[in-house]
Amino acid sequence: MSKKISDRVEETTEGTILYNVPFPKNIESLKELSPIIIKQPYAIDYIHSYGQDSPWFAGLSNKKLLGTKCTACGYVFATPKLSCMECGKECDWVELPQEGKVHSFTVCYFGAEAFLHETPFILGLIEFEGANTLLLTRLVGLDPQEASLKWVGMKVKAKFRRKSQFKPTDVYFIPA
Amino acid sequence: MRPVYVVSGGVSKFTKARHDKTFQAVVKEAFEYAVADLNIDTTKFLELVDGSVASYFSDHFQRQLMSGIMAQDYLGLCPKPSHRVEGGGATGGLAFQEGWKSIASGHMDVCAVYGFETMSHVETWKGNEFIALASDVSFDFPVGGFYSGYYAMMVVRHMQEFGTTVEQMAHVSVKNHRNAYHNPYAQKRQKLTIEDVRNSTMVAWPLTRLDICVMSDGAAAVILASEEGVKRLEKAAGRTLPKIKVTGIGRGTDAMRMSDRPHKKVPLLSFEKESDYKNLKYPGIHSFRAGRSAAIQAYKHAGIKNPIAELDFVELHDAYTSSEIQTYEDLGLCRYGQGGELAVSGKTFMPGVDYGLKLKEKPICPVNPSGGLIACGHPVGATGLMQAVFALWQLQNTIGKHFKDPALQIKNAKKGLIHSHAGTGTYVTVSILEA
Repeated sequence: MSKKISDRVEETTEGTILYNVPFPKNIESLKELSPIIIKQPYAIDYIHSYGQDSPWFAGLSNKKLLGTKCTACGYVFATPKLSCMECGKECDWVELPQEGKVHSFTVCYFGAEAFLHETPFILGLIEFEGANTLLLTRLVGLDPQEASLKWVGMKVKAKFRRKSQFKPTDVYFIPA
Repeated sequence: MRPVYVVSGGVSKFTKARHDKTFQAVVKEAFEYAVADLNIDTTKFLELVDGSVASYFSDHFQRQLMSGIMAQDYLGLCPKPSHRVEGGGATGGLAFQEGWKSIASGHMDVCAVYGFETMSHVETWKGNEFIALASDVSFDFPVGGFYSGYYAMMVVRHMQEFGTTVEQMAHVSVKNHRNAYHNPYAQKRQKLTIEDVRNSTMVAWPLTRLDICVMSDGAAAVILASEEGVKRLEKAAGRTLPKIKVTGIGRGTDAMRMSDRPHKKVPLLSFEKESDYKNLKYPGIHSFRAGRSAAIQAYKHAGIKNPIAELDFVELHDAYTSSEIQTYEDLGLCRYGQGGELAVSGKTFMPGVDYGLKLKEKPICPVNPSGGLIACGHPVGATGLMQAVFALWQLQNTIGKHFKDPALQIKNAKKGLIHSHAGTGTYVTVSILEA
């Protein structure tokens, strides 16, 4: 892909502090006034609990990839669910194989603001032998420029971060 | 249930940013247009309307909770009953159907459904982050939450299963942008080529910038009425109103996490056979089971057996060119796997519009004659209602009047379908409107 040279200055939210604006003598002309646009910063730390899914994250920090299996119908979830979507019964934790196949993928050249600095990155959905559902993950070790349908079905294996962040990105997949 | 009629509608011009007005005032533009189109004075209409439904998706785009009541009071609708509806991208379609319920149940005789979204209050990539929060924040968002990425993975699988191509997807972009050339409400009115679409900036492989809808500020409103309500409005208007009836309603859902989607059998429409899909595992991530579920219900309700032959047009949720193709199949405009071929056949294009493309077949059932989300923009809570308004105008034969250009009026349009869809196919609605 050839890189286009941009012909515009990037818009940012950095602005000037303004303490007063002009005001017309004639009050009838107020409806013609330009809108006043201000910056309202907003930041928050959430206290997010993984709740019943917590063991999955504990598994990643111990280099184990967990899934869940329905105690009644045997459906296996590669992304854990403790309540079976198929029959409504309870699931138990099971260990998943650490090798799988790429079910689908994409290369993200843009992204949410939080991930923009990581672009381009590759998202993949992985299928596992014996599991009925998939796992969303990052694919690493592939050249984004080489993206093609040939990647679908590729054998991949799990790798784990040494320093856990207790996020789903503690595991990622590379070509097997 | 009582018959429900759509009697009027209005849309604000969809645009990147409406800094000139707050959201309530933009809603008022759409609402007042709908009231004025009935030829009823606003103050008089406020006496005649029984209540409302407010349609908007996000609280954090504006950092304002309870925006619905702020629109309600600005319009002068207090203390009449109202409630807010939210279901991601399908918010507008769900709100339309909630309005339908209010009338069908006998709870109201005249109901105003208004919707809006103000997406310009944050920068584009923060906006993408807010939208990506409509994915599981434990398992999906932290991996690299990005909706265009999610839809890209869905279409990669569609390409893998069915041989769908990026050129077929680009046809949808050319069609919808070109249709919007004649729609003054649309945000992007462009004449494009297949090459333009493919050479546009890559966003999430294989989707380029021109395969993807844009964020918008905008509002839309529709007015629904019972037989009694129509009489009430006709008396005030001093004229007979064209009756456009809602004849079919359907909804469906699917799991939030794409990874959880099952691989089973296709729920069949009346013209399909199980043997058509011997080797297909459904829906996987290539198809929208919620859309199929909604279509089955709506077609049963409206008595539709062969959708592409019976529908005069479809306004569907093309947040991505790929999802238009996937939705052709969910709605049974063709069989699963044939969406790509249908996209390039010409059957879903407008008659009388020059697309600069060689199309083999004549239009049968134009899809997104308005330009769809791709070209009109997608101010989420307004989008599904925008579709209802454009469908109403098609069925009233008033596109020329409202667009100041008759090019997009489908001749003798009697039956239309509107389709509203939330992120990766989680909530989908289908409604059938008939003249």
